[in-house]
Amino acid sequence: MKKTYLLGAAALLASTSIASADGVLNIYNWGNYTSPELIEQFTADTGIEVTITDFDSNDTALARVRQGGHGFDIVVPTHSFVQTWINEGLLMPLDPEIVTDRGNIAPQWVDVAFDPGREYTVPWQWGTTGIIVNTSIYDGDINTADIILNPPAELDGRVNVIPEMSDVMAIAVYAAGGDDVCTDDMEIWRAVRDSLMAAKPHWLALDYGTLDSYVAGDIAAGVYWNGSSMRARIQNPDLAYGYPATGYPVWMDNAAVLADAENVENAMIFINYILQPEHAAMLSNFARYANGITGSDAFMDPAMGEAPEIVIPDEFIAAGRFSSACPQEIQDIRTQIWTGLLQ
Amino acid sequence: MDRDKHGWKWLLSAPALLVLIAAASGPLVIVGVYSFLSPGTMGGVSWVFSTEAWLRVFMARDIFDPEVLSWNAAHLTIFWRSIWLSLQTTLICAALGFPTAWFIATRPPSSRTLWLFLITIPFWTNLLIRTFAIQELIRNSGTINSLLLWAGLIDQPIQMLFTDFAVLLGMAYVFLPLMVLPLFAAMDKLDFRLVEAGYDLYASRLQVLWHVIIPMVKPGFIAGSILVFIPAIGAYVTPRILGGGRTMMMGNLIGLQFGQGQNWPLGAALSMLLLIIVVGALVFYLRVVNREEDTRRG
Repeated sequence: MKKTYLLGAAALLASTSIASADGVLNIYNWGNYTSPELIEQFTADTGIEVTITDFDSNDTALARVRQGGHGFDIVVPTHSFVQTWINEGLLMPLDPEIVTDRGNIAPQWVDVAFDPGREYTVPWQWGTTGIIVNTSIYDGDINTADIILNPPAELDGRVNVIPEMSDVMAIAVYAAGGDDVCTDDMEIWRAVRDSLMAAKPHWLALDYGTLDSYVAGDIAAGVYWNGSSMRARIQNPDLAYGYPATGYPVWMDNAAVLADAENVENAMIFINYILQPEHAAMLSNFARYANGITGSDAFMDPAMGEAPEIVIPDEFIAAGRFSSACPQEIQDIRTQIWTGLLQ
Repeated sequence: MDRDKHGWKWLLSAPALLVLIAAASGPLVIVGVYSFLSPGTMGGVSWVFSTEAWLRVFMARDIFDPEVLSWNAAHLTIFWRSIWLSLQTTLICAALGFPTAWFIATRPPSSRTLWLFLITIPFWTNLLIRTFAIQELIRNSGTINSLLLWAGLIDQPIQMLFTDFAVLLGMAYVFLPLMVLPLFAAMDKLDFRLVEAGYDLYASRLQVLWHVIIPMVKPGFIAGSILVFIPAIGAYVTPRILGGGRTMMMGNLIGLQFGQGQNWPLGAALSMLLLIIVVGALVFYLRVVNREEDTRRG
């Protein structure tokens, strides 16, 4: 956090000291997510100097921008938060004069529920939250939520679950037969609570779990993101990524221009820049997630084109679901279940 | 003349006092006010008065029947765990800190500075980095397990990381200097002639320790305990990284409300409760110290 503030201060300083020069752009993005190579090339191509500030959660990003005086031009929220950003007037509609290449967005990512017609946002990266398993320890079926909710004996006490309430709740809701992560069917929530409470004694930790702890075998299985799983598997081929057949969360992070951006034109130029297939591919090659831009495959690291973590096998595509943000009363239920789980 | 001096004193310290008051009470007032509001959408607050947050600190509405109120067992368990772990941390720090401080206090004055300096060295490194260093030491494929495996003392790594042991180890390590320094300060002032007098009166070493030394360094113990207990009860990073997040402490519960839980008023109310616990501990401290002084005077 401290680092974030320092970087933020640096960004503010940078934006005020060269405010008159038109060559700056301040991006507010998840940590370790922006390809430095892309930024270098962007600066070389346009002469615009880029400053990147990290955030560690959607909640942090939203809270900070709501306060104003942040000095950022571009933000990269997750799909489930985009509606809130738009409704609160925090984002600026994309300028069709500068952002001319929205046609490059892959058709299935254009008319998305959180931003129909892509008026405000463009895809940054998208991925899935699934299950990573060390197959040298357990070689059964890994495409099931049971790895987490009802761990097989080999994995008992060696499972790690990421402390992301919405992801864990989503997997549990789908496993309980629910469709909607914000369901108001209390029987589903009862089943979710019971299954999580019963599962927890079999978990080792609820930690973000460093790549290395999976690679080294400290953790034998866990809820994990597809891109990170791929990076882990490259270091340890025993690691495999599973898609819970009952349902798993799909997410997309999206770049947008802030309503109170100071460098609007530069921000729009950047948005259009990452719509170019070769640039979107650079983002993917760095972060190891797919990007949603048509034609970017040609520029991507060949390893990604075949990776089972990135290219969802056909039989599991339908099980992937976009989660939405829940209304306060459902959010309350989830938080209570979560607090009870971690008491 | 005297009164004039006083006036100047206040005037000259006014800027510092104002900054202190504004910086200390401003955020507190905001947190206090927030705790009586309603949660906003996706974090933040909406300006509607509500005592729901305070109610929810102690009481839980049944998820499946909101009319049913009962004690909030989850929150109470978390409060108790925080207090219990912090007390244990304080005890461990006292047990380790006393001999350490004694060792330093009994060195010749010329080398004391060096020893004290060594005690403060851990503060040079960020808390997060020190915590990750401990994680590196105790993880399954970490230094300690690798050494034990190599030496043939164990044939399977010992699960140390993500246990209560790991949290206690981390907290005791992080907060130990805060116990050693006040203890040293108390021992530094200790009149060693009293210790000699004790021996002269045929007291055993244990008796001297118990009846002479410990009562005299008691203020150091109390100050050290307060210094350890207060940050320990609000600890966030150490339980999260070393405890593996299976169980929460108060700091994590508060963090949850401001983050994923998106219930700022509840987070604010919990923060105020933490503050009340800390102030309670301080009042207790002042009372004990005052009583000491009274009895000494009497």
